[in-house]
Amino acid sequence: MSKDTTASGPGATTTDEFIKGLWRENPVFVQVLGMCPVLAVSNTAENALAMGLATAFVLLMSNILVSLLRDFIPKQVRIASYILIIATFVTVTDYAIQAISVELYKSLGAFISLIVVNCLILSRAEAFASKNTVGKSILDALGMGVGFTFALFCLGAVREILGNGTFFEWSLFPEGFQNWIVMILPAGGFFTLAGWLLIINVIQTRKIKS
Amino acid sequence: MNTESLGTIFLNAALVNNFVLAYFLGICPFLGVSGAVKTASKMGVAVMFVMVISSMCAFGIHAFLAAINAPYLQLISYIVVIASTVQLVEMFIKKMSPSLFRSLGIFLPLITTNCAILGVALFQTNKGYGFLESIVYALGAGAGFTLALLLIAGLREQLNFADVPQISKGTALTLFIAGILSLCFMGFAGLGAQ
Repeated sequence: MSKDTTASGPGATTTDEFIKGLWRENPVFVQVLGMCPVLAVSNTAENALAMGLATAFVLLMSNILVSLLRDFIPKQVRIASYILIIATFVTVTDYAIQAISVELYKSLGAFISLIVVNCLILSRAEAFASKNTVGKSILDALGMGVGFTFALFCLGAVREILGNGTFFEWSLFPEGFQNWIVMILPAGGFFTLAGWLLIINVIQTRKIKS
Repeated sequence: MNTESLGTIFLNAALVNNFVLAYFLGICPFLGVSGAVKTASKMGVAVMFVMVISSMCAFGIHAFLAAINAPYLQLISYIVVIASTVQLVEMFIKKMSPSLFRSLGIFLPLITTNCAILGVALFQTNKGYGFLESIVYALGAGAGFTLALLLIAGLREQLNFADVPQISKGTALTLFIAGILSLCFMGFAGLGAQ
């Protein structure tokens, strides 16, 4: 599933590094990377947003460090080194969230620690940051991070609105609305993501045709 | 300390709280290598093996870190153990069966970033399982992962012959099946009370 995203060619402008993560190479909808947190914590818009921001932060920091150290890390142990760098920043994030909001920490649970194994972060370190300058890596991380957060938010919003009848805990529907309980359940995560992928596919096919 | 019996722990991890379909852990290999039953079953066994080894190590590490009072090293040491176990399995498979090594391809080293394995290590620590309980929990989680992988691989093999709309081919279709499977697994809720 994880398509190999090659480092952009010499012709790519700097803004392009940022823009590509938002849509054309959106980590969730196009590359289908980092699925576990996407499905697991997207049951409300708030959780989804927090998770997206935490991931984006780790992605940014690890991209910076990997790109700074790219000439010093021997090829054979590079994956292990990247994982260590990522794990360090995740630990930092974990403690930071715990300090900011215990409530949020509880609702995200072990999934903050599990950012370590988010394939998105490792794949950006391997495919991009290890081959490009710091500036480009920062832009790439920002683009991918925003793209990831956006995708998570799309999922979280749909699931919260349909499953709970609320949006950021604001009630949206009149009294008689029957909540679609299935949307908050695990199955709903799969269905919502599948639905979004269908929509994206339709748009892409239209674009190719015209 | 919890009082669950070993059988309950196994059933809970394998069916009721199936790692793939209820916790969404290990989705990447779940979508990636579930194209054929044969590869899926071998992948499942490899993951289960890594899970059990890393779960045993995680138990030791947790005890050690608690003793030296350094819980912030937990995540880092877990991931190092998992990465080395995966490396070991990779060398073993490469030596024993080069054809299997090729068919698993990139997904073999990616077991390291399989959330299910780190998930097992973290959850067992959170739940305060003892040594034996941890092993049973890892076995159950591995069995559940393999089961889900096999089911979806079987379904996808059948779907190759189905005539589906062009836009739903690929990941979207797999996700729909996964959703339906997840609904089916909810039927297990209540089996082996929490």
